[in-house]
Amino acid sequence: MNMTDINSATVTAPARGQGEVILDLQNISLRFGGVKALTDISFNVREHEIRSIIGPNGAGKSSMLNVINGVYHPQEGRIHFRGEERRKMEPQVAAAQGIARTFQNIALFKGMSVLDNIMTGRNLKMKCNLFQHALFWGRAQKEEIEHRIKVEEVIDFLEIQGIRHTPVGRLPYGLQKRVELGRALAAEPELLLLDEPMAGMNVEEKQDMCRFILDVNDQFGTTIVLIEHDMGVVMDISDRVVVLDYGRKIGDGAPDEVKNNPDVIAAYLGTSH
Amino acid sequence: MFYRENGQFKASYVEDLRIFKVTQDRVAVLALVAIAVLLVPMLASDYLLRAVLIPFLILSLAAIGLNILVGYCGQISLGTGAFMAVGAYAAWNIGVRIPEVPLLVQILLGGLCATAVGVVFGIPSLRLRGLYLAVSTLAAQFFLDWAFLRIPALTNHSASGSVSVGTLSFFGLPLESAWQKYLFCLGFVVVFAVIAKNLVRTTTGRQWMAIRDMDIAAGVIGIRPAYAKLTAFAVSSFIVGVSGALWGFMHLGAWEPLAFSLDRSFQLLFMIIIGGLGSIVGSFFGAAFIVLLPIVLTNVPALFGLPLSVDTAVHLEHIIFGSLIVIFLIAEPHGLARLWSIGREKLRLWPFPY
Amino acid sequence: MGFFIETLLGGLMTGVLYALIGLGFVLIFKASGVFNFAQGAMVLVAALAMARFSAWAIELTGSMLFGNVIAFFMSVAFMIALAIAIERLVLRHLVNQELTTLLMATLGITYVLDGLGQTVFGSSVYTIDVGMPKEPLFLFQDVFEGGILLNPDDLIAALVGAALVAALALLFQYTKVGRALRAVADDHQAAQSVGIPLGRIWVVVWSVAGVVALVAGIVWGSKLGVQFSLSTVALRALPVVILGGLTSVPGAILGGLIIGVGEKLSEVYLGSFVGGGIEVWFAYALALLVLLVRPEGLFGEKHIDRV
Repeated sequence: MNMTDINSATVTAPARGQGEVILDLQNISLRFGGVKALTDISFNVREHEIRSIIGPNGAGKSSMLNVINGVYHPQEGRIHFRGEERRKMEPQVAAAQGIARTFQNIALFKGMSVLDNIMTGRNLKMKCNLFQHALFWGRAQKEEIEHRIKVEEVIDFLEIQGIRHTPVGRLPYGLQKRVELGRALAAEPELLLLDEPMAGMNVEEKQDMCRFILDVNDQFGTTIVLIEHDMGVVMDISDRVVVLDYGRKIGDGAPDEVKNNPDVIAAYLGTSH
Repeated sequence: MFYRENGQFKASYVEDLRIFKVTQDRVAVLALVAIAVLLVPMLASDYLLRAVLIPFLILSLAAIGLNILVGYCGQISLGTGAFMAVGAYAAWNIGVRIPEVPLLVQILLGGLCATAVGVVFGIPSLRLRGLYLAVSTLAAQFFLDWAFLRIPALTNHSASGSVSVGTLSFFGLPLESAWQKYLFCLGFVVVFAVIAKNLVRTTTGRQWMAIRDMDIAAGVIGIRPAYAKLTAFAVSSFIVGVSGALWGFMHLGAWEPLAFSLDRSFQLLFMIIIGGLGSIVGSFFGAAFIVLLPIVLTNVPALFGLPLSVDTAVHLEHIIFGSLIVIFLIAEPHGLARLWSIGREKLRLWPFPY
Repeated sequence: MGFFIETLLGGLMTGVLYALIGLGFVLIFKASGVFNFAQGAMVLVAALAMARFSAWAIELTGSMLFGNVIAFFMSVAFMIALAIAIERLVLRHLVNQELTTLLMATLGITYVLDGLGQTVFGSSVYTIDVGMPKEPLFLFQDVFEGGILLNPDDLIAALVGAALVAALALLFQYTKVGRALRAVADDHQAAQSVGIPLGRIWVVVWSVAGVVALVAGIVWGSKLGVQFSLSTVALRALPVVILGGLTSVPGAILGGLIIGVGEKLSEVYLGSFVGGGIEVWFAYALALLVLLVRPEGLFGEKHIDRV
C-alpha cells in the first residue's frame, strides 16, 4: 500500500471478505488476577475485510484489541499474524509490524498540536537520529519535510486542514476522534484496530466517520477490526462480525447470520440462558 | 501595529518549519543576540555582568536542560543540583589531572559525565512514575551530595569537597574579566538553546511529548518508552552538567558540594514552573525571574527607607516563590511563556479587536 | 551483643518517629491523592507554634502542665486554621489535576510555610519542654555487661506514636469519615458526584495531618530543638512511605521501623568503611531497591492501567 495513491484509488487487494487470513487467534484466554476477561476465544481476520467485534458492555471487546496489539498478554492461546506465530510482544513491536489502533477513550497527546499528533504516527518510518535532529540540517530537515507531505495527505483525507496547528486538547470530541484516526492512518498500517470510533457522536459525525472508515478500507486496502455499539453501522459496513459476551465468543459470521443467532439475541435482550 | 504577518505567506515546508515564523520575530531575535554580543559587554558594569547576567545565562541553560526532562518528557526530577555538581566536579577533575585538556573540552566532558550519571539514575524511570520517580531523583541528590563530600578521590583529596579553579583561558584568549566570561557563557547558551529547540520540534521531541502526554498510547504507535525516557535523561543531564561546569568555573570560581544542594534543584524546578513547562523561551523567563527577585527584594525596600534584614529578605523570597508556584500551577500552568505568547497574539491584532 | 541490641533499639525508636511523620504523608495521600511534600514544613511550623505558644502560656499561667496543655490546644487550632487556608487557597483550585502538578503545588506550599513560619514565629532556635524525663535507663544490666542504654523520652515518643497510629488506623477502617476519605482518594470527581463534600473532607484530613505533624514536631522538637532543620527530617522520612507503600498505614509504620533500624545499623557497621554519613542516603537506596522490585511499595495497592 502506498499513500501517494490516495487520489487514484487503485485497489489491488482481493475482494472483501475473501482474502487470506492475516490474523488468526486461537483459544485466547486472558485473566487479571482472578477476573477472567477473555475465555477461550478463537477467530480470524481476513485481508482487506472489515471485521467487527460486538457485545454488551464488559464483554471483553477492548481487551481483545489490547491482546491483538500487545498491550495485554494472554495467559493462554496462540496468535498468528501474517502466518507467523507471535510470542509475547510489546505494543511497539506490533506497531512496527503494521498494526495501528485508536482507543475507546481518546488517547491523543493533549499537549501537542493536531499536526504533531499525526506526525507521531510516522514515528516508526523516520530514521534520523538524535544528533541529526539536534542540528536539524540536511537529512533531518529533508526527512521532516518528506513526512510532513505524507501527513498533509492524511490531513486532507480527513478534512481537518483548518485545525492543523490547534492543540488537540481544545478540539471538540468528534474532531479528536478524527485526529486519532489520522494518527493511526499516518503509520500506513496493514491492520487498523478501531475501538468505538463513533461512540458519543451525533448522526452527521457518525456518517462522516463511516465514510472515512469505508474509504480507508477501499482506497488503501487496509484491513479493519472495528468495535462498535451502533448495530445499524455494524450491520451496514462489516463483512463479518464476531460477538462476545462475558468474555466468551457466542457468535461469528456474516451480519445477517449473526443477527438471527439465538444466543446473540439472548445476550442483547437479556434473556436468561 | 508593526507586528503583522500579513503578506508573509509560507510557500514551502522549509518556511513553515522555521523556529521564528514571523519576519518581525526573526529580526527581533537577531537584534537581541547582536545587542547581547556587542553592546552588553561594552556598556554593562562589572557588577551587572557578575551578579546578574552571568548567573542568568547559566541558570537559563540549566533550566533548558531541566525543561527537556520535566516539561517535554514529563519525568519529574528533584536531583538537578546533583547533576550540575557532577558536571562541575568532573570538569574540574579533568582539568586538575590532565592540565593539557582545553577548557571547552573540559566543560563538554563534564557534561558527558553528567550524562552518564543522569542515565544511570534515569533507569528507575522505566519502572517508576511521578512521585516515585521524584524519590529516585532525590536519592541521586542525596547520594551525590554525600559522595562529593565524603569520597576524597572524587575531589582530589581536597577537604570536604571544596575546590577552586585557577586562571582560565579559551584557546589562548584570557577568560579573566567579567565580560569575557559573559561572552563565553553566552556562546554556550545560544548554541544549546538552538540545539534544544531543534530537538523538541522534531521526532525526538515529539517522542518525549508523547511519553509525557500518554505513555501507553505512545507505545501503541511504536515509540519505545525506554528509549524516549533515557534520551530525555541523557540530553537533559548533558545540558545540566555543562551548566554546572559553567556555574563552577565562570560564576563561582571556588565551590563546595553545598553549592549544588537540594535547594538548587528546587530553585531550578521553580524556574521552569514559573517560566513555563515545555517551553525553551520560558526557561529564560524563569531564570531571569529567579535571578532578579532577590536583587529587587534587597534593593527596592531600601529605596523606600525600609531596608529588610537578610533573614527577612530570604524568608520573603521563599514566600513569594512558593506563592507564585501555586498561583502559576492554578492559573497558568504554562507559565510566563504562555503569558508572553498571549501578549504576542494580542500584539499581532492590535489596534484592531480581531 | 549488648551494643547490637542497643543500636537496634535506638533504630526502632527513631523508626517510630519516622513512622509518625510518614503517617502524615500517608493520611493525606490516601484521602486526597496528593503527595504532601509540605509535611516537613508543617512539622516545623507546628513545632514553632508550640514552642512560642508554650513559652507564652507557661509564663502566663505559671504552671508547666497548664501552659503546655493550653499551648497544645492553641497549636491544634492553629494547624486547623492552616488546613482550612490550604484547602481554600490551593487544593480547591486543583481538583482532579495530575499527581505531579499537585506534588509541585505542595512544594510551593513548603516554601510558603518555611518563609511564613519563620517570619511570624522568628527563626532562632527554640526549645520545647513538655517535661519528658531525660535520665537514661539501663536495662538488663544482669544479662549484658553495662546493660542496655535507653532514653525514656524516646520510649515515651514511641508509645505516643504507637497510640496515634492505632487511633488513625481505626478511624480509617471503621468510620464513615474513613470511607469517604478512601472514596475521595480514588477519584475526586466521582466522590463529589455521590455527595461527598470534597472541601470538608480535605480540611478534615489536612487538620488530622496537621495534628500528626504537631505531635511529630513536639517529639522531634523536644529532642533536637525547634529550628529550620526540622523540616528536613521529613525528607529523611520520605523513603519510609515509599518503602511501606503510599496508601498503607501499617506500611508507614513498618517502613519507619525498617528504615530506622537499617539506618542505625548501616551507619554503625558499614559507615566507618566509606567515610560515614551514609544515613543521609541509605534510606533512599533501600526504598529504591524495594521500588524496583515492587513499584507500589511493600503494602501499597497495585495499580492496573486501563486503555
